[in-house]
Amino acid sequence: MATSSTVSRRDFLKLAAGGFAAGSVIALVDVEPTRARAQTLKIAGARDVPSICPYCGVGCGTVISMRAGQIVNIEGNPDHPINRGALCAKGSATFQLIVNPLRITQALYRRPGGTGWEPIDLDQAMDMIAERVKRTRDETFVEFVTTRTPDGKITRKRVNHTPAIFSLGGATMDNEWNYVHAKLLRGLGVVAIENQARLCHSSTVPALGVSFGRGGATTFEQDLQHADTVLIMGSNMAECHPIAFRWVMQAKARGGTIIHVDPRFTRTSAQANIYSPLRAGTDIVYLGALINYVINSSRWNNEPFFKEYVVNYTNAPMLINAEYQGPDELDGLFQGFDPETRRYNSDSWAYQTVNNRSLQDRTLQDPQTVFQILKRHYARYTPELVEQVCGVSRATFLRVAEALLAGSGPEHTSVICYAMGWTQHTTGVQLIRTAAILQLLLGNIGRPGGGIMALRGHATVQGSSDIATLYNIHPGYLNTPSVLKNHETLRDYIATETTPTSFWVNFPKFIVSQLKAWYGDAATAENEFGYQWLPRITGDHSHIPTFVAMSQGNIDGMFVMGQNPAVAGQNARFQRKALGQLKWMVVRDLYETETASFWKDSPEVTSGELRPQDIQTEVFFLPAAAIAEMDGSFTNTHRLIQWHEKAVDPPGDARSDLWFTVHLGLRLKQLYQGSTAARDQGFLNLTWDYIDPAENTGWRIKDEPSAQRVLQEINGYTWSERQLLTGFTALKDDGSTACGAWIYTGVYAPTETHPTGENRSARRKADNWVSLEWGFAWPANRRILYNRASADPAGNPWPKEQRLAQLFGTGHHRGYVYWDATADAGTDSQGNPIQGKWVGVDVPDFPVTKNPLAPAKTDGVGLDFHDGASPFIMKADGKGWLFAPRGAVDGPLPAHYEPYESPVPNLVYPQQQNPLAKVWETADTLAPMSSSAYPHILSTYRLAEHHLSGVMTRWLPWLAQLQPELFAEISPELAQELNIRNTDKVRISTPRGSIVAKALVTRRLRPYVINGQQIHHVGLPWHWGYKGIAVSDVANDLSAMVGDPNASIHEAKVFVCNVTRA
Amino acid sequence: MTETMGMFTDTSLCIGCKACEVACHQWNSLPANLAEQPYANNPGLTYPMTGNSYDNTGALSAENWRHVRFIEQSELPDRSDLRWLMMSDGCKHCANASCEQVCPTGAIVRTEFGSTYIQEQVCTGCRDCVAACPFGVIHISETADHRQGTARKCTFCYDRLQHGLQPACAQTCPTSAIRFGPINELRTYAHQRLAELQHAGELRAILYGADESILGGLHSFYLLLDSPATYGLPDNPKAAAQTVIPSSLFSIGGAIVMGLASLLAFRRRRMAQNAALAES
Repeated sequence: MATSSTVSRRDFLKLAAGGFAAGSVIALVDVEPTRARAQTLKIAGARDVPSICPYCGVGCGTVISMRAGQIVNIEGNPDHPINRGALCAKGSATFQLIVNPLRITQALYRRPGGTGWEPIDLDQAMDMIAERVKRTRDETFVEFVTTRTPDGKITRKRVNHTPAIFSLGGATMDNEWNYVHAKLLRGLGVVAIENQARLCHSSTVPALGVSFGRGGATTFEQDLQHADTVLIMGSNMAECHPIAFRWVMQAKARGGTIIHVDPRFTRTSAQANIYSPLRAGTDIVYLGALINYVINSSRWNNEPFFKEYVVNYTNAPMLINAEYQGPDELDGLFQGFDPETRRYNSDSWAYQTVNNRSLQDRTLQDPQTVFQILKRHYARYTPELVEQVCGVSRATFLRVAEALLAGSGPEHTSVICYAMGWTQHTTGVQLIRTAAILQLLLGNIGRPGGGIMALRGHATVQGSSDIATLYNIHPGYLNTPSVLKNHETLRDYIATETTPTSFWVNFPKFIVSQLKAWYGDAATAENEFGYQWLPRITGDHSHIPTFVAMSQGNIDGMFVMGQNPAVAGQNARFQRKALGQLKWMVVRDLYETETASFWKDSPEVTSGELRPQDIQTEVFFLPAAAIAEMDGSFTNTHRLIQWHEKAVDPPGDARSDLWFTVHLGLRLKQLYQGSTAARDQGFLNLTWDYIDPAENTGWRIKDEPSAQRVLQEINGYTWSERQLLTGFTALKDDGSTACGAWIYTGVYAPTETHPTGENRSARRKADNWVSLEWGFAWPANRRILYNRASADPAGNPWPKEQRLAQLFGTGHHRGYVYWDATADAGTDSQGNPIQGKWVGVDVPDFPVTKNPLAPAKTDGVGLDFHDGASPFIMKADGKGWLFAPRGAVDGPLPAHYEPYESPVPNLVYPQQQNPLAKVWETADTLAPMSSSAYPHILSTYRLAEHHLSGVMTRWLPWLAQLQPELFAEISPELAQELNIRNTDKVRISTPRGSIVAKALVTRRLRPYVINGQQIHHVGLPWHWGYKGIAVSDVANDLSAMVGDPNASIHEAKVFVCNVTRA
Repeated sequence: MTETMGMFTDTSLCIGCKACEVACHQWNSLPANLAEQPYANNPGLTYPMTGNSYDNTGALSAENWRHVRFIEQSELPDRSDLRWLMMSDGCKHCANASCEQVCPTGAIVRTEFGSTYIQEQVCTGCRDCVAACPFGVIHISETADHRQGTARKCTFCYDRLQHGLQPACAQTCPTSAIRFGPINELRTYAHQRLAELQHAGELRAILYGADESILGGLHSFYLLLDSPATYGLPDNPKAAAQTVIPSSLFSIGGAIVMGLASLLAFRRRRMAQNAALAES
């Protein structure tokens, strides 16, 4: 690409310095010069405070300019390695998000049956909330349950939980709040802890985790610039992650090929070199056909790289049990299906093993190899099938396949970017798994320009998963103790959860250190470090089933923290009505959300169906602090933890989320003080020392907790000396270390410049690529995961890596991460010098002195069980999993099932839907297959101008004007059938509800011919509700509560509807 | 000596995200269209969606100095020709600027960066520049503040330029579709971009205003993927001298009319101030 004359903020400063002051000026051509008129700059002399954009998960840096105690400007940080000063429409509006007369700054109270808000003193509200929490806990706490073991015996098991309190939200809050809130609630016994990640990327975690070992994006945004081919599928990246898309545009400018596969032609398609349509919900057919095409192509079979990568780095050569049968043989099911429980017994999916080690055929010829099973499984996924099921021409599909193949190999890498278009399906996990398989086969994982980029939609939806306001995980992806597993004692729990032949061999250190961080001195080896105080889960406590429980009167109290289920929940009308069954609800947000005001402004109330007087929910609205008003960190979509600084005190009663949870905890500690009840002892022992008055000097709010102190606890320290730990390898399982979340260890570590500990999330030194000194990425500051695979099995960098390191790398490296046999690697424990180590432009994701040619140790424990060519250190065999012998409940290989509601039969297998799909609707709220009453496919999605349920955009005039109201995108063909003109009002109906929107008639939507039948798509952005300054009907009144069996994520991207003129 | 600066909007890189519109509003403290009704007291929409693709801004106006146009193109039944063109538009800062030429009070000046700039204290709201601009850029503010009744348009972020910052829209653009820099360098770059695109098969790509053929050269010029008319731009815009019965008529009356206009403008502003006081 041509070098540009673009100037950054700083460059231009240099360029223009001294210029304007000169008296005479030469202007262009024949125009008379004019004297300069001095302009005042509103940010002149301002104090610049570094911050992070609070909207999506891209993690752009901002600069908040402060003058005379007021925010005068917020714009992109030109030094930031991701956004380089740029921001999208939402990020550019951050000023108005914070400085806005519609913000609520007074604590509000709505008494049961009340018809309006009443102002309430903040302290009084906090006291009342603490009292409500205690009352509900005391009334509903369960110490033991009786359950039936698999062999039918009745047994009594400890649960220690409070099932009637539900906490929702976290992805928009700081990491520190997520950690402390989860700690408080678990300390109290609350198990129903959920946040936006459930509805957003909960399917990503098992899908990528099963395939590679960790549930996060494998690469980082700036690295997209080095991709030869970018496949964007299940994502409208230009629209929803515009700044991440900046790096896709860089790749395009360098000659890369951009492919967009999507049912609609979107702002992303407009920039793609190849746009391929597909019918919504048929991605597994498309990707399966890509797999089939790739492994049968001459390029893949003749270029030795592919086999070398696949044989060494994946489980392709492993032999699977001889009795395994798949959907080809079993009418679309896998072996082991129990129709009664709708579950699989996965025993037959296992490896054939001898001495705990799987048998292999490295020629890949044995019919029981993973590779041959995979090849047979995808043989029916042909371009013809794609044409038939996905409704896309064979020619277009082949162009995509060829571009991916051409963009992969020793000299090339391709990346796949996806988002909700993949996650929100009843087959979400399997869908993402298909992409993981494809990328492993193409040799694209662990390599620069390659990988899988999971694009996340909230500022710290990654962090709120990591450390962790989700019911099923404790911070650091430790499974929550459960009565459904053998978790009775700490020893049982550790035995069940530890994988002895991977890095997870260290599991005991992670959980014991976490218990130490939570219970402090009270956590001793004698009392299992307090393990028996932890609450156990008894089933699925995720978002949707908890709302179902709420609708049945089984949830008494709820915290809603920066989330808005009245708009964002599936079958939102159902969820709004369920809120009316609560006894109390606490909402914290910037604005009066639809959820906060459901009892007076919801469609059910305005239509007269419900009366406020009859809704007995007591509601507390506590105004929240905005991003500029508190310290804290966010974790972005590529695992990068970044610190934002407090610039100004929050207004009025507004307080940080951390303030709320820490002070609620202090009040509860007081209420429980002196209790001798066994069930209160865990909570009383919970460590809770987060306020450092010294940090509040100069601020109005003097009792603000220290986010730094929380981050230090998350990072971990030695218990006796309080010495911060440098990395998770320093953790111990004997109680001598405390650590809130092992994967974050190193984020607040001693460094050369800060021997007592440096907040590395606040480091701000960028380069043009990896930027290891900007923020801190988990784990261990690695930016590309599994980067051992960026070198060949012998440890030499692949050709592409050699080229990139030379052109773009810092520090004169020969590759991305590779084995330097001559490097001095220090001394071993006996003091003998060690030669050879892994080096490169990134932090090696591998034992740093382990020789690439090291053989696996026969009885090796942990990573010693793997040989030196096993990049996937979190997996029990060190390999990327093409075939998943365990870990995905609905099958070892992805197979196509139709969406739960579909206008057509499954043309691939007789099994119509995912046989394990979770269904919380009743038969009368779901449309049957090929329903004539609901003939069209409906997808919901986002726009660039709004954010999610709209709470952070619909109150902002600058953004509200850009997309003022709800519309439904339909093709001219459907419009003609229904006699609808552009901007006409249309009524869209599903068995769950019916709403009105304006029609946007556009050729960007197209009819699909499937099975000889013309199928129409209707597109519906879901940003609107009944509050704010841009109001419209709630799109989620239409969506269904059906979900993926692994992750309980709902299916928002495909259901069926009817459209009529309104 | 200050170098002449320019803006190059490469529509082939535009993703239509409207960040430029918002950044412009923020930096220049411009109200949204919705502000016609005070939103704090009267939540709700004040105007509906346009139905014109994703464009709800509609046009450049006194409050919208940047406007992203959306053009959907497709003729073939299989839609293989489908294109969605996006163009972030604003003041062109013409070398031969009609607005500057017709302004009777000298309110519109040429800055040391080569841009055109309306001095709102000097503007009387006579609307000559509104009529003279061949691109429909300039509008009279109707907002109830001290600017009411004055002509408004993009300033090229004159204040930012003087302090070494690039214009807000250029800085915020996610894909660097809006670039800012010394105009001669930008023109060279634009020609390289055009060659690249043509080489890649974008045969309809053209530069608009990159040379002197349009009004002596546009300081804010464009790379377009189709004809100017497709984007609502005139093929061959004329300078005011040829199109407008200029303020020569106006100038005849000289001082008297000037005085009157000033008085009117002053009264309008006073009324606006009074109205604002009454509301608060």
